[in-house]
Amino acid sequence: MNAFMSWIEQRIPVMRVANMHAIQYPAPKNMNFWYIFGFLATIVLVNQIVTGIWLTMSYEPSAERAFASVEYIMREVNYGWLIRYMHSTGASAFFIVVYLHMFRGMMYGSYQKPRELLWVFGMLIYLALMAEAFMGYVLPWGQMSYWGAQVIVSLFSAIPVIGPDLVEWIQGDYVISGATLNRFFALHVIALPLVIVILVFLHIIALHEVGSNNPDGVNIKHKKGSLAEEDKTVYKIHEYYTDKYDIIDDVVPFFPHIVLKDLVAFSVFLFGFCFIMFFMPEMGGYFLEHPNFEVANPYKTPAHIFPVWYFTPYYAILKAVPDKLFGVLTMFGAIAVLFALPWIDRGKVRSWRYRCGLHRVNLLVFTAVFVFLGYLGGTPQENWKIIASQIATIMYFGFFVLLWIYSGKEKTKPVPARITL
Amino acid sequence: MKKWFAVLLLVPTFAFAAGGEYPNDHADIDLSDQASLQRGAQTFMNYCLGCHQMQYQRYQRTFQDIGVPDELGDKYLRFTGEKVSDYITSTMPEDDSATWFGAAPPDLSLVARVRGADWIYTYLRTFYVDESRPFGVNNLAFPNAGMPHVLQDLQGTPRLATEMKMIDGDMKEVSVGLRTDGDGKLTTDEYDETILDLVNFLEYTGEPSRLQSERIGKGVLIFILIFFVFAYFLKKDYWKDVKK
Repeated sequence: MNAFMSWIEQRIPVMRVANMHAIQYPAPKNMNFWYIFGFLATIVLVNQIVTGIWLTMSYEPSAERAFASVEYIMREVNYGWLIRYMHSTGASAFFIVVYLHMFRGMMYGSYQKPRELLWVFGMLIYLALMAEAFMGYVLPWGQMSYWGAQVIVSLFSAIPVIGPDLVEWIQGDYVISGATLNRFFALHVIALPLVIVILVFLHIIALHEVGSNNPDGVNIKHKKGSLAEEDKTVYKIHEYYTDKYDIIDDVVPFFPHIVLKDLVAFSVFLFGFCFIMFFMPEMGGYFLEHPNFEVANPYKTPAHIFPVWYFTPYYAILKAVPDKLFGVLTMFGAIAVLFALPWIDRGKVRSWRYRCGLHRVNLLVFTAVFVFLGYLGGTPQENWKIIASQIATIMYFGFFVLLWIYSGKEKTKPVPARITL
Repeated sequence: MKKWFAVLLLVPTFAFAAGGEYPNDHADIDLSDQASLQRGAQTFMNYCLGCHQMQYQRYQRTFQDIGVPDELGDKYLRFTGEKVSDYITSTMPEDDSATWFGAAPPDLSLVARVRGADWIYTYLRTFYVDESRPFGVNNLAFPNAGMPHVLQDLQGTPRLATEMKMIDGDMKEVSVGLRTDGDGKLTTDEYDETILDLVNFLEYTGEPSRLQSERIGKGVLIFILIFFVFAYFLKKDYWKDVKK
């Protein structure tokens, strides 16, 4: 067996890569609850890909058959309902873990130097995920699939000069039709998953190059030769890291320590996931909207068209601006500004534990505003909501403006030299 | 939530309706009650299938799930000459029905998932005589609905009941709900029970996997709990040597 393994190893570095990235990777020992969501996002991604493959075996991407084929999966394919609910619940679960993952990054300054590109890759994943989720939601060809697509695609018509032609090009037709469904299917099952998998790969490579941040924002890698022998970690860490740095005795190896921790988190997550999936897969109309159980009808506009919950904050921003083009720009700006976060935040201290009080308040208010925007974008329009969404939109961007201002000369607390558990 | 969405879907007709939405009654359904599902299926096949179909649902699967042997199903539930393995489709041509009713009667396989059980339960119990409408009836939950009251021979002729009441010093006519003329085959309680069974059946056809899902789900959750205990103590054991 050993001979066989070394024969393999001489030809392709299976164990070396596994050791480097999954076993002897140094992880700060104080990574807390907030550090499970990257792992969970990976699990959900695998779930989406596997269940997605099985769904395509019975799904038919045509305007005539799409809705019926989903019902065929739900009723006649053995355990088809389970595969479909794993996929539909997984879509929402993906956004839940990604939003928490992003919030973690903001709390502990995981986007700051030297993790700027890591953050940017993460944002690209988020962007690709939004496109993936949007196109996936069109596939069941229910009322919300159709009218949601109508609303989102028509956003592009706001672009001056090329707008209307662009919309036609995206739709592949003068209206949203079977042609649109077909291309969304192609993008949803091949193009975007491929993009997402590649981006996740790059995200992890970038992470392992700069190393994991931690709730204290304290460095675990020190200059070669700067640490006394008794301060170096007792665990076996891969030479890839120890050759370049002295690793302080504040780390644990990824396997078994972090993997076991993630396993506990995974079982808790799975409990919640399965509870929703088996007992309330519609999640009160949030994960599967009620009107989407009615087949798409181009002649019947629903009174209220809502995107699924994970898009509603941006939808509220879009609706807050009276001018269509400016509204679209503001909405995309709300996402674009997140990309720039590593450069907007000029702070030197990472974790909010040691940053100024204003920063904590600012981040908490930002989070509350984001959730509030989600509420505004997901409920029927009322007069007070127009003003509310405008104020919330200003506050959304205000977070970044404030951050840029105070982070320049911030009064921070002393950061500990070592990590305590 | 369900009620609210239901109302949203009625936009074209709802626009003409006066006043706000009608409050839904709660449909206390039980998917594990097979006798109720069987009665509901019978009501559906006898009263609804003439116009509405269930194009995603097969007879045989339905019979199996609600505990009806094929022979009994053939005798009491399958009238349209289709095979037991066929989908439950209506013989009414869609183009003609669109002309007759203004719109083709919607497919009912998924109606409970679109509108919710409570809404259907309310809707089927709130028809009332209104001579201004093409079919002579209107509906409180779905104003100006395009559907005749096909269950009228069961319920009796329902009318909006009013009473004279003293309001602000004037005698005014006040609506006090619906009353039937008492000419139906069923009493009010029996009629409500029949509708409840029918709604139960529609809830079943909306998601035939529901009972199976909950059965499997319980086992899965118990398994995860046990898995959690093992994972937790394994993690604890490996971490006990990590320095504080």
